[in-house]
Parts: sequence; structure tokens; C-alpha cells
Amino acid sequence: MISDRQLPAADRRVQLMATCLCDAFYDDVARATVEVLEHLGCIVEFPEAQTCCGQPAFNGGDWKASRKVVRHTVKTFTGDVPVIVPSGSCAAMVFHGAPLEFEKEDDAPAVDALARRTWELADFIVNGLGVKTWPGKFDAKIAFHRSCHSRGSGTSEAAISLLESIDGVTVAPFGEAEQCCGFGGTFSVSFPHISANMGTLKLDNVRAVEPDYLVSADMSCLMHMGGLAEKAGAPLKTRHFAQILRDALNPATAG
Amino acid sequence: MANQPIDAYAASLPPDKRESVYQSTKGTHEKRTKLLWDHFLDPNELRQTAGRIKQHVIENLDTLLPAAEAKLQANGVQVHWAPTAEDACAAVHGIMDARGATKLVKSKTMVSEEIELTPYLEKRGMEALETDLGEFIIQIDHDHPSHIVRPIIHKNRREIATSFEREGLGDYNDEPEVITRRARDFLRQKYLQADVGLTGGNFISAESGRLVLVTNEGNSRFCLAAPKVHIALVGIEKLVPRDRDLGLLLNLLGRSATAQQLTVYTEFITGPKSPTQPDGPEEMHVIFVDNGRTEVLASQCREILRCIRCGACLNVCPIYRQASGHAYRSVYPGPVGAVLSPLLAGKQFPELADLPKASSLCGACNEVCPVDIPIPDLLLRLRDKGKTEGAPKASIGVPPMGGWALMASQPTAWKAALAGGKVINHIPTKLIPFPPLQSWTSSRTLPEWRGGSFRKWMKNRPSK
Repeated sequence: MISDRQLPAADRRVQLMATCLCDAFYDDVARATVEVLEHLGCIVEFPEAQTCCGQPAFNGGDWKASRKVVRHTVKTFTGDVPVIVPSGSCAAMVFHGAPLEFEKEDDAPAVDALARRTWELADFIVNGLGVKTWPGKFDAKIAFHRSCHSRGSGTSEAAISLLESIDGVTVAPFGEAEQCCGFGGTFSVSFPHISANMGTLKLDNVRAVEPDYLVSADMSCLMHMGGLAEKAGAPLKTRHFAQILRDALNPATAG
Repeated sequence: MANQPIDAYAASLPPDKRESVYQSTKGTHEKRTKLLWDHFLDPNELRQTAGRIKQHVIENLDTLLPAAEAKLQANGVQVHWAPTAEDACAAVHGIMDARGATKLVKSKTMVSEEIELTPYLEKRGMEALETDLGEFIIQIDHDHPSHIVRPIIHKNRREIATSFEREGLGDYNDEPEVITRRARDFLRQKYLQADVGLTGGNFISAESGRLVLVTNEGNSRFCLAAPKVHIALVGIEKLVPRDRDLGLLLNLLGRSATAQQLTVYTEFITGPKSPTQPDGPEEMHVIFVDNGRTEVLASQCREILRCIRCGACLNVCPIYRQASGHAYRSVYPGPVGAVLSPLLAGKQFPELADLPKASSLCGACNEVCPVDIPIPDLLLRLRDKGKTEGAPKASIGVPPMGGWALMASQPTAWKAALAGGKVINHIPTKLIPFPPLQSWTSSRTLPEWRGGSFRKWMKNRPSK
């Protein structure tokens, strides 16, 4: 894990790494991320050539393929401003996974440099910008899923403390919070049986506290859990925490 | 598309078995966590310190092993070196043969499972009897352990009662007290008849040559009380530099393994009985077992040799909880086994190359490990090894990544794919010839494809 992370400069310029999932499915999460960052006075750049962080192949075991994508990502995010990712998993790929698979590569220093300036969104807001509370209003009971790739980072505590500071929000703790939801990238399709069982156990724990929303810092977990709930005929409302922050600012238009 | 072998195994597991494995591992994990945080201000700091001690050990085996050997010999212990499983078995057999011994009682040791000692001795007309209750049940059932610490986690008391009845240990009775008493009555005689007591070794101090054993049933003491010979099978990585390191490691081991402050019996053994002591073994042997560990040390995954076999990673692992231990087809199951077993397999690595895939990489194993082994990183390295060495088992059910990598490194192709992907909103997924999609939709819906929508919004909004 990278320890000497680069803090934001006074002008609050940042680059957004939207993630492939938001690019393909969850455009509103990427929008919410931009709006939340702009509310904090950040100037958000979106490098157009971005694709994916390289994690699917990294986790799938094809490091050769993954390095190709990481090299493209390193080339795309040039400069020295913080790179903000609305995903604990993709952020961890950039600051932990990529340095691991580049240990013996000549271009490891460039990968490490990107790693040092990459932040997951909640971690950036609370621990990078020093913002501890969030204004506005949002009436909801929230179950917050701590995505696994945020372990050992500031993400989950940061997201929960921001959510709890919003007027009207209750964050309800649920059982077996340390357990994975069963997504796990390629794991979800090569271990479909175990993956679905894990997801069902997680959903049982979540439903036990009767939340209005299941919230996380990772859309991948939510895609899996939301998809399971819907397929089982008992849909559950899922939201990225950035959407809650954004909606708290605009209670009139919140959905 | 076929599922990974461990997923297929989990799907075939009877629901009541899965439930008992799940409840039992969950219970131990939760007690473990509570105990550590109740007793220590910062257990994570302790885990990291213990990890540094054990990392120091594996990086200094070249000096610590000779130091331990010298101390053991000075204490009157005979030291043997076993490069392979076969050598280790032969060493035990040789010691027994030299004394005309034929009967051996065993305290629980995973290394003896690893080297397949019991069948080796039985083939040569010798008796090797398990005295740990769980291992005893495994032995009479001709079964294999499914957990490092709790070998019969996959069995319920009704099955055990049936086995006892079959073996003539009494009429059917599934009261745990009755089962335990019957096993005890049977084993007491066996201790008295045995020529050799065999144990493992949780730690050996390089400073003093002390062998440390932790057990909960007291059977290891009986194994050492009556027989004249004590043999300890110890992996070469089991050293600690100094006696004082044991304070930390024993505190973490008991809590991590069984949620106990300390195991019921913690024995520090400094050699065979002295002339003034009335009882105890006249001879003591330590067999240091390599059996692939040197190659693990030379690999990219050497941190796995820090392991102190507590089983905490099994208990917290969501995959182990669903699949149980036999799914891993090797002596060491769960997250630690998914790293260690394929490595110890040496040339047979491809046979077990799917084990490192049996993880969602959730990292819970690393979070509970008393010696802070970065298990997910090691699993990832072994996945890369499986791919580069072309092990077919590793790739079952895993989507191919070459085409994706090409697309994700060319922005034009990527944007075209974002636009083209909309087709999945209109075509039934069954008709799309991409097996991972069917696997996904077997239990989950797919969200609406909105490829490129964010980019459009970002581009068209009024500039701030």
C-alpha cells in the first residue's frame, strides 16, 4: 500500500477516473461524483482516453493483459493532480494492484507515481481535503456495505462519517459486516454458485435492518447484490454514496 | 461454461453440512475478534509485530536452524533432517526399527498428514494411532481432516456415534460426553501399550532448543508420559528466534485458533527425561521436515511460511464456509492452503493451480492472520503463475482477457464498444455467445447498458 500519498494542491484541480462500470452502466454515479467534487470547489478534468484500470485481468490472473491496460491508464492520466475514483476497488487496483504486478517491470516508477496520487472519493474528501461533515438533508435509513477492496484504507470510515453527518440520515449497522458480498470480479462468473450464496447471505443481513437504501463505495458490489435481489423478485434500492451526497444538496430533485 | 472445481464441489455439498461448517466457523471467528479487541488495545499492531518476527525467521533459516540444532543436541535431543516426505517417514520408521518398536501413538500433527506417515508405517506392519479426538474419528472413518485445527468440522455427532457403534466402541449414543468418554477409555490402554509417542511442534526456540506444543485435550501429554521414545515432526519454518517471542505468538495463536486466551495445555519440552525424573521418554528425536519448503522460500510467495496454523483464515473465509475443507483436495485447505498446497505440490502445481482462484480476493484472511500474511497478494501471484505456466485448471470458467485488453488500451475501440454494448438491452442474453454473461445472469439481472452517457453529459454541460 502506498503511504506517501500526494495531497491536493490549493487550486483543487483533480482528474476523474470514472471507472468502466460507470462508463457502461452507472453514468449517474459519475455525474454525482463530478457534482460532489465541484461542490467542494474542485476543478474536475476528465481525460477522454480513459478506459479501465486493468483490474479484471489482474484478478483473473492474466497479468500480461492487465499490464497492457495499466500502461494505457498511466499514459492517459498524465500530470501531477490527484486522480479521484468513485470506487474503492478500482482505486486499490491503481495504488496497490498495479504496483504489485509491475514490481519487476522497467516502467514501475511511472506506475508508482500514479499510485501515489490516486484516491478513492470518500477517502479524498475526508482525509485529503479535510472535509468532515456534509450539508443538506436526506431522510433515509442506510445500510452501508464496506466493500472489501477498501479494507486497510480510509474509505469506509470516511464514507460512513460523511453519511452520518447528513441531516436525516441514519446508518444502520448490520451483521457479518466483514463478509464479502460475493462479487469478486471474474470470481462472480467462474464461481457462480458460491458467489450467489455469499450474496444471499449478505442480503439477508442487510434486509434484517430494513434499510431504505443499500449504499456502498463500489458499484460492482451493488451491481451484484442489486442484481441478485431483483432476480429473486425482491428488489432493493442501491445507491453509490456520492449519489446520496449529491441528492442531500438538492432535496427537491432527489430520487 | 464449466464452473471452477471448488464451486462445483460446494454446489454438491449437502445443505446441512454447509450449515454446520458455516455456523461453526462464524462462531469461532466472532469470538476470536471479540477476545482480541477486549484484551488488547491494538491487536493489529500485535499481528504486524508477530509477522515481522516470523518473517525474520524465514529469512534467517540459514543461521537459525543450525543454532536450534546445536541447542537441541546440547539438550540431549537427536536431530534428523528430512528433505522429502519419504525421508521424514523413513526417519520415523528407522527410529522405531532400531528399538524394535511397532506401536506409535500420535498427537495431532498436520505435517504427519502432509508426509502421509500413517499409511507408510501401516504398510510396514506398524501401528500408528491418532489420539486427538477429531483425528481419531478421521482415522476410524478412513477420512481426511477438513480443517487445520478442527479436523471433523464437516461431521455431526450422529455420524460420529454411528462410527463408534460400527467400531465396537459401544451402542449408538450421540451424547458428546459419552462419545468422549468412550474414546478416552479406548485410548488410555493404547498409550500404555505404545512404544513411541509422536507429536508435531508449534514452535522451536533457536535460543534454547525448547519445543513448544499446544493442545486442548491433554493427549499429547499422555503420548509423552508412557512411551520411552518421543519423536517430534517439525517443519523447518517453525522456529522462533528467542524464548521471549513465544509470549506474543502464544497469545495470538490461542485467540486466533480457538478463541482461547491460551490453549489448555502448553508444553515446553527441553529434552528427554533426566536421570532424576521418574517418568518421560528416554529418547527424544526432532525431525526437521523440508518437503518443498525450501522451494517455497525461493518463490515469490515466501511469506506463507510465516503461518502458525491457527486456522483463523479458514474460519473467516466466505469460500471455505461454503465449500468446506475437502473441496481443496489437499492437506491444507482454505486461504492458507490455496497458497501453500499448490506451492508444496512442486511439479504437480498444475493439478492444484485452480486453488488460488478460489477467492473473491476479499482480504478478510489477511485481516485476521496473526502473522499478517498478505494472502490475497500471494493468491494473485499464483494466478499469474498458473496463467504463464498454462495450467488448464486455473482457467476453467474464467473469461479470456486478451480481446478485452486490446480494446481497453485503444480509446477509439473502447468508445465504439461503449456505444455498441447497447445491443444487450434488446437481445436476450441467452443468444449472446459469451458464456460469462450466462453465468452472471443465472442468478442476477443485468443493469441497463448506458454506455457513453456520462461522457456525453460531461461534454455537453455548460462550462463552470
